[in-house]
Amino acid sequence: MQTLLEMRDITKTFPGVKALDNVNLKVKEGEIHALVGENGAGKSTLMKVLSGVYPQGTYDGEIHYDGQVARFNGISDSENLGIIIIHQELALVPLLSIAENLFIGNECASKGVMNWPETYRRTEALLKKVGLREQPATPVDSLGVGKQQLVEIAKALSKDVRLLILDEPTAALSESDSQALLDLLLELKAEGVTSIIISHKLNEVRRVADTITVIRDGSTVSTLDAATEEITEDRIVRDMVGRDMSQRYPERERRAGDMLMEVENWNVWHPEHATRQMIKDINFHVRAGEVVGIAGLMGAGRTELAMSIFGRSYGQNTTGTVKLKGQPIDTSTVAAAIRSGLAYVTEDRKELGLVLEDTIQRNITLANLRDVSRSGVINEAEETKVAERYRKAMNIRTPSVFQKVMNLSGGNQQKVVLSKWLFAGPEVLILDEPTRGIDVGAKFEIYGIINELSAQGKGVVMISSEMPELLGMSDRIYVMNEGRFVGELDASDASQERIMSFIVTH
Amino acid sequence: MSDTVSPEQKTQTNTTTYLLGHLRDYGLLFALIAIMLFFQVVTDGVLLKPVNITNLFLQNSYIIIMALGMLIVIVGGHIDLSVGSVMGFVGAFAAVMIVNLDVPVAITIPVCLVVGGLIGAAQGYWVAYWNIPSFIVTLAGMLVFRGLSLWLLEGQSVGPFPKSFQLLSTGFVPDIFGVDRPNVTALAVGVIAACAIVYLGMRKRARNMAYGIEDEPFSFFVVRNAIVAGALLFVIYKLSTFRGLPNVLVTMGLLTIVYAFVTEQTTIGRRVYALGGNVKAAKLSGIPTERLTFLTFVNMGVLAALAGLIFAARLNTATPKAGFAVELDVIAAVFIGGASMSGGVGKIVGAVIGAFIMGVMNNGMSIMGIGIDYQQVIKGLVLLAAVIFDVYNKQKQR
Repeated sequence: MQTLLEMRDITKTFPGVKALDNVNLKVKEGEIHALVGENGAGKSTLMKVLSGVYPQGTYDGEIHYDGQVARFNGISDSENLGIIIIHQELALVPLLSIAENLFIGNECASKGVMNWPETYRRTEALLKKVGLREQPATPVDSLGVGKQQLVEIAKALSKDVRLLILDEPTAALSESDSQALLDLLLELKAEGVTSIIISHKLNEVRRVADTITVIRDGSTVSTLDAATEEITEDRIVRDMVGRDMSQRYPERERRAGDMLMEVENWNVWHPEHATRQMIKDINFHVRAGEVVGIAGLMGAGRTELAMSIFGRSYGQNTTGTVKLKGQPIDTSTVAAAIRSGLAYVTEDRKELGLVLEDTIQRNITLANLRDVSRSGVINEAEETKVAERYRKAMNIRTPSVFQKVMNLSGGNQQKVVLSKWLFAGPEVLILDEPTRGIDVGAKFEIYGIINELSAQGKGVVMISSEMPELLGMSDRIYVMNEGRFVGELDASDASQERIMSFIVTH
Repeated sequence: MSDTVSPEQKTQTNTTTYLLGHLRDYGLLFALIAIMLFFQVVTDGVLLKPVNITNLFLQNSYIIIMALGMLIVIVGGHIDLSVGSVMGFVGAFAAVMIVNLDVPVAITIPVCLVVGGLIGAAQGYWVAYWNIPSFIVTLAGMLVFRGLSLWLLEGQSVGPFPKSFQLLSTGFVPDIFGVDRPNVTALAVGVIAACAIVYLGMRKRARNMAYGIEDEPFSFFVVRNAIVAGALLFVIYKLSTFRGLPNVLVTMGLLTIVYAFVTEQTTIGRRVYALGGNVKAAKLSGIPTERLTFLTFVNMGVLAALAGLIFAARLNTATPKAGFAVELDVIAAVFIGGASMSGGVGKIVGAVIGAFIMGVMNNGMSIMGIGIDYQQVIKGLVLLAAVIFDVYNKQKQR
């Protein structure tokens, strides 16, 4: 196979930081090339250099594409050569139809007048190609994330893509949607499309990638060829973090104490469709010091369950009781739920967890201002002390607690969210996808924090779509499907297969 | 209030990087000073004559008072377009009560403030609990209360007001130490205020030093405080050679201090910033976001009512045109002062300085005899420049 793309000695500096330091990347025609590395390692920067977001001249080094030196001054230059990048945050216009989205900026039109029949005909052909059975006129916002991802790929195909770059394509997808997407990549590969896939999910990388390039701290660490050597996840992780991580999940002494939280006969209806029951008669409990996992596919109702318990933040006509240490508690509002000893770490930290414009300090104290104030007046000195304490305890990497949260990496942002909820002093923490989109090193630290909480006798409920994580961390796992709990497993006899079988047989 | 600068981020004390990082904070203060000096020169010293300084405060007091409320509304992520109309309506309401119905001033004033609060509540209710965009609700309010003032006054001007009501705006604090100029009471207040600013600044600095988070170079600290305290003493001295402290200046100063304290030092202030920064995150942190939004509008209504009373007292008559397009000046002042349209960012002191910038420009250009046509153009460009400066600064930081 001949080389399609070669990036040579790419160095990119931002004021004060060297984001990329002599990075080399070689992608062969017709392969799937995985780019892995911790958050902040420089993967996205490298792809921005490649796609022309950072134009020629703002970086050092050379890009050779299809045998020629490529000089891009903007995204349109790279797109003209068939290099299409699909970002993690999808670039679709929610209220427009699939067809309109596919041909945005590239409309089938003559003299500015749309040719709708042609647009629809081509849309249908593209949708067929990516295996999406939807009408071209369907508005994009009525599709799930998985289908939207397919629309993005169809959009890339409409531009005669040769090199497709996907940034974390499966981060927000369910297991089955991810599988479908990866299958599609393999199909495209058979048709001669070369792809670069950036991903944190190493099992997926291993499944589809022909070559894996690992980047750490802005430099290329290794390039692994799946054809010539056996690549294990441990091997990749070692290169990513620069040390041996034989243990992906820190050890914890497993001991379940007294009964802490019990949720009984919990029923919730959809906030807009009063007849649609989202949570159906759920009962579960958490003991002190126990980590309880909730497994399930996307849309099983796990987040809805958590949010409805936490101050009725989701749904309507909620019925059921929540007990803490045997006593029913008030969870009718978020404030009441916090006072009663609950905390909920949301799955979407940027949208729901943090005030990005605010400082670390202000975010940490937000849910418990009472403890840093007297009669409504905030004691800033005390507040700083608290923030500093959590910065050290949680190992939040920042020059100071007065740094704005938006300047932190994903892992550090997650630690700020956790700090906020720990400072609120809860008995039970519900963690919704606590490690989504954060790198291996930070994940390990978050697991350590979870274990620490359990050692202190707190109860932890962990919702996660990553089954190895659930299996590695939980004492007990509930399996949820279509709004019901369909199974309960002890960690000792849980496995991915058993969890899946609960889901498919119910 | 000297604390326009808050210590942030960097720990090293490099003066250049410090200045660059705080360009906005210093820039606003220096822009005001530069504009004042400019007009002082081009008006041949008329701008800073005692009588004109007194006038400046009287002319702009109602804008500043409303800017306090507007800043909070905007920080909370909303906007209130109705304040000009509400101000006019309350002025008209007061005129009808006092002049037509002979209600005592002491009753009228609290009643009017309550009416303002109710108007704010009526609008805030739809914004907070029904999620109707504030732009629309208050645009409706703007039309409604403009119409109601016309109806209330039957298209006529109503006045004059009794002396006691006029004192609200055109009165001066009596000199308790005597009647000769300079006014000793005013001077004493000025000296105490200047000392308080320097003392509070030093205390804050000492505390920040103790935490190792102070990064303002000492020279900056000294210069900034010298300028602020010096300017304050200068203005007060000028006032004392005329008629002393205007009542509105006292009202305005006290309100500014109270609102700066509430927004920066209290839990409720903190929560408003969180609400504007990310309403969903604030809600999931147990903050009663609806009630808080509601209250920001109630507060705005009360302040608009106060502004309406002061404005009516100053003109000594309530006219159907009172408050026309004033909301635009108020909103402009808040944005010049550094608030962000998307909410969560902005400071009381910034809004007050922003209002003064607008006020000094109005006043200076009028003295120069520049036509209202050019005045509008220049004010518009200043607003645009301030916001562009903000956006540019933000991009550079990335």
